[in-house]
Amino acid sequence: MQVQTSWISRWAVPLLVVAGFAVAWAIPRYQLINPYYELILMYVGINIMLTVSLNLVNGYMGEFSVGHAGFMAVGAYVASVLTMRVIPWDMAGYLYPLALIGGGIGAGVVALLVAIPSFRTRGDYLALVTLALNMIVKSVIENIDAVGGPRGFLVMLRLTNLPWVYVWVIVTLWVIRNFIYSNAGRGVLAIREDEVAAELIGVRTREVKLRAFIISAFFAGVAGGLYAHLLQFIHPRNFDILKSTEILIMVYLGGIGSMMGSVLGASIFTVLLEALRFMGVWRMALAPLLLVVLMILRPTGIMGLKEWRGLIPLDERLRLWRLRARKGGSASAAGN
Amino acid sequence: MRKWTRVWVLACLVVGILTGAAMAQEIVVGLNVELTGSIPVVGQSSRNGAQLAVDQVNAAGGLEVGGRRYTVRLVVEDNEDDAASAVAATTKLITQNQVVAVIGPNASRNAIPAAQIAENWRTPLISPWSTNPTTTAGKRYVFRAAFIDDFQGEVVAAFARNNLGAQTAAVLFDIASEYNKGIAEIFRSSFEALGGRVVAWETYTTGDRDFSSQLTNIRAANPDVLFLPNYYSEVPLQVQQARRLGIGARILGSDSWGSAELLTLGGADMEGLFFTTHYAPDIATPVAREFISAYEARYGNTPDDVAALTYDSMQLLFQALQKAGRVDREAVRNALASITDFEGVTGSMRFEGTGDPVKSAVIIQIRDGKFTYYDSVAP
Repeated sequence: MQVQTSWISRWAVPLLVVAGFAVAWAIPRYQLINPYYELILMYVGINIMLTVSLNLVNGYMGEFSVGHAGFMAVGAYVASVLTMRVIPWDMAGYLYPLALIGGGIGAGVVALLVAIPSFRTRGDYLALVTLALNMIVKSVIENIDAVGGPRGFLVMLRLTNLPWVYVWVIVTLWVIRNFIYSNAGRGVLAIREDEVAAELIGVRTREVKLRAFIISAFFAGVAGGLYAHLLQFIHPRNFDILKSTEILIMVYLGGIGSMMGSVLGASIFTVLLEALRFMGVWRMALAPLLLVVLMILRPTGIMGLKEWRGLIPLDERLRLWRLRARKGGSASAAGN
Repeated sequence: MRKWTRVWVLACLVVGILTGAAMAQEIVVGLNVELTGSIPVVGQSSRNGAQLAVDQVNAAGGLEVGGRRYTVRLVVEDNEDDAASAVAATTKLITQNQVVAVIGPNASRNAIPAAQIAENWRTPLISPWSTNPTTTAGKRYVFRAAFIDDFQGEVVAAFARNNLGAQTAAVLFDIASEYNKGIAEIFRSSFEALGGRVVAWETYTTGDRDFSSQLTNIRAANPDVLFLPNYYSEVPLQVQQARRLGIGARILGSDSWGSAELLTLGGADMEGLFFTTHYAPDIATPVAREFISAYEARYGNTPDDVAALTYDSMQLLFQALQKAGRVDREAVRNALASITDFEGVTGSMRFEGTGDPVKSAVIIQIRDGKFTYYDSVAP
C-alpha cells in the first residue's frame, strides 16, 4: 500500500528549522529580548548539545559514561587555543566554525584513545574509565602552563552568539538523528539490548561502539568550544565531575533514548535553575528534589524511549505507519 | 496529547516566574557571591558584610547623592561557585535589576568571566576578594578591594629576607589551585631578586593528606624558612608533618591562613608562625572597631577578611556615588577610579589609574593561640 505523505508532514520540520534560525538571528540583531534571556537561551543550546551527545552513548547504546565534561574540556581548550594562538586575530571571526570543529576533533581523538582500551569494559567498568578520563583531563590541563594551568585561560573573543549556537544545535540533532536511523545506528540499539546477540547477527560491535563514542565526544567538544567563547574564560574546575553529573541529570531527566527528551531535559533543567533564582540557596535543594519526584513518577524520564515525530526521518515515519496499519494500529506510533 | 499539555503548563510557569519589576527613588546594588558550591563560607561572610553596610546606610536615612536621599536595596544572587552561573547572575543583575554596580564574585575563577560581562555593559564591578591580576587587567569598569597575589608574594619574600634574615627558602604548594601557584611563583622570583635562594620547590594536589615525601626532600635541603601558601584546611597537617620529620625552619603563610579553623586544627604547632593578610582585628582603627562590634552584635561571630573586604567594597561604592553626585554607572566608574583617600576596615586605599587599590598588608603572628598583629607593610 502506497502511503501519501501530506505537504505538512514533509515540510513542517524544515520550515520550523528555518523559522527558528530567523528568530535566532533576529534576536541579537534587533535586541528583541533582554540580553539575560538571550544568555540563558545560549546556555540552553549548549546544554542541549551536551545532553543529546551523551544520550547517544548512555541512552541509545546503553553504556554508562560519566565523564562527558572531560570531552567538553578538551574541545573548549583546543578551540580556544586555535582562535587565540593559531588563527590570525582578524580572521578569527570568520574561521570560528573551523576552530569549533578543531575542538570537536580534539575531543574525538581523546575519545578514540579512551575507547580502544575500554572496549572490553561495559557498564560499571566503562563508568570507571570515563570517570578517570574526566579527572585525567582536568589534571593534565592544570599542569600545562601554556594554557594557564590552574590559573585558567583567558579567551579574548566573544565569538559565540545565538545564531551560532542555534546552527550547532541543529547540526548536532541532524547528525545524531541520521546516525541513529542509519545501519550503524541499528547496531547501536542492538548493542543496548544484547551485545552478544548483536555480534551474532552480524553487527560489528567494536566499530559501531567506536563510532558512537567518537560522534558523542565530537559534539561535546564543539559544545565546549562554544562555552569557552561565550564565557571568555575557562578554568579546569569548570569541567569537573560536577559538570559531568549535571549533564547526566539532564539526560535522565529528559529520558534515555530520545532526542526530544534530551532537548526538553536540558531546556527544563537550565531554565528552571535560572528561574528559581528568587529562592536563593533553596533552589539547589529543589532541583534534586524535582529529579527524585520525577524518577518516582516517571522512571524513564520525561520522554524515555519515545521520540517526537519531527525528529524521526520521513521514510522511517512511513515505515512505522505502514507497520501500524498492517497490525491494525496496535503498534506504538513512535519509538524504536 | 496529555504529555504536551504538561510541557506547556511547565513552560508557562517558567515564563511567569521570570518577570520582575524595578523601582525608583532607590539605588539598587547587585551582590554576586558563592553561597553554594565549594566555598559557601566565603559567600555567607560576603553577604553578611554587604547587608550590614546597606542596613547601616538605610538606618541613617539613606544615601545622599546629589542632594537627594536614596534608600539602598541589595539584590543578592548566588553564583554556585560556577563560572557560567556567575556570568548569568552578573548579566541578570545588570540588565534585569538595572543595578548601578555589582559587588562580587569573590573567587577569581568566577570573577574573571563576570568582570568581562561588567566591562561589556559598562557597569562598575568591585570584587572584594579576587586576587588574580587578570580580573582587573585592561578593564575600565572593574575594581577590587583586595591586594593582588603579586604584592602578597613580594611582602612575604621581603619579610623573610629582611626581618627574619633568611638565606634559603623552601616552598610547598597546591599546584591545582591558581591562588597557591601564583603566590608561590611570585615569592620565588622576589626572594631570589632579594638575594635569597629557593632550595626546595615541592607541589601536591588539592585533597592530598600525606606530604611526607615532599617534606623529606625539604628536610634534605635544610631551608631557613618554609613557605606554605595553602588553604587553612590543609596547612595544619603540613605543619604537623613537617615538625614530626624534624624540620625546624620558620614557617610562613599567606592570607589563605586567615580562618579560626587554622588554630583549632593546628593547636600548639602553629605557635609563632607568621602570615600576611588584609587586616588585623587588634590594631583596628576606629572605622574597623566600629565595623567589628556591629558585625559581632548582629551575626555573633568575628568578621573574617571576606566580610571586611565586602564591607569595604560597599563603602567604596557609596563614597563613589556621593562623589559622582548622580546615580549613573559611568559617573560612578569615574568617581571610583579617582578615589584617593578611602579609610576602610582593611586599611586606607587609593586607586591610581587601574582597578587595583594601593593598600597595605599586615603581617600576623600566631601567639598564645590567637592571631596577633606583628607589622604592616606598605607598597
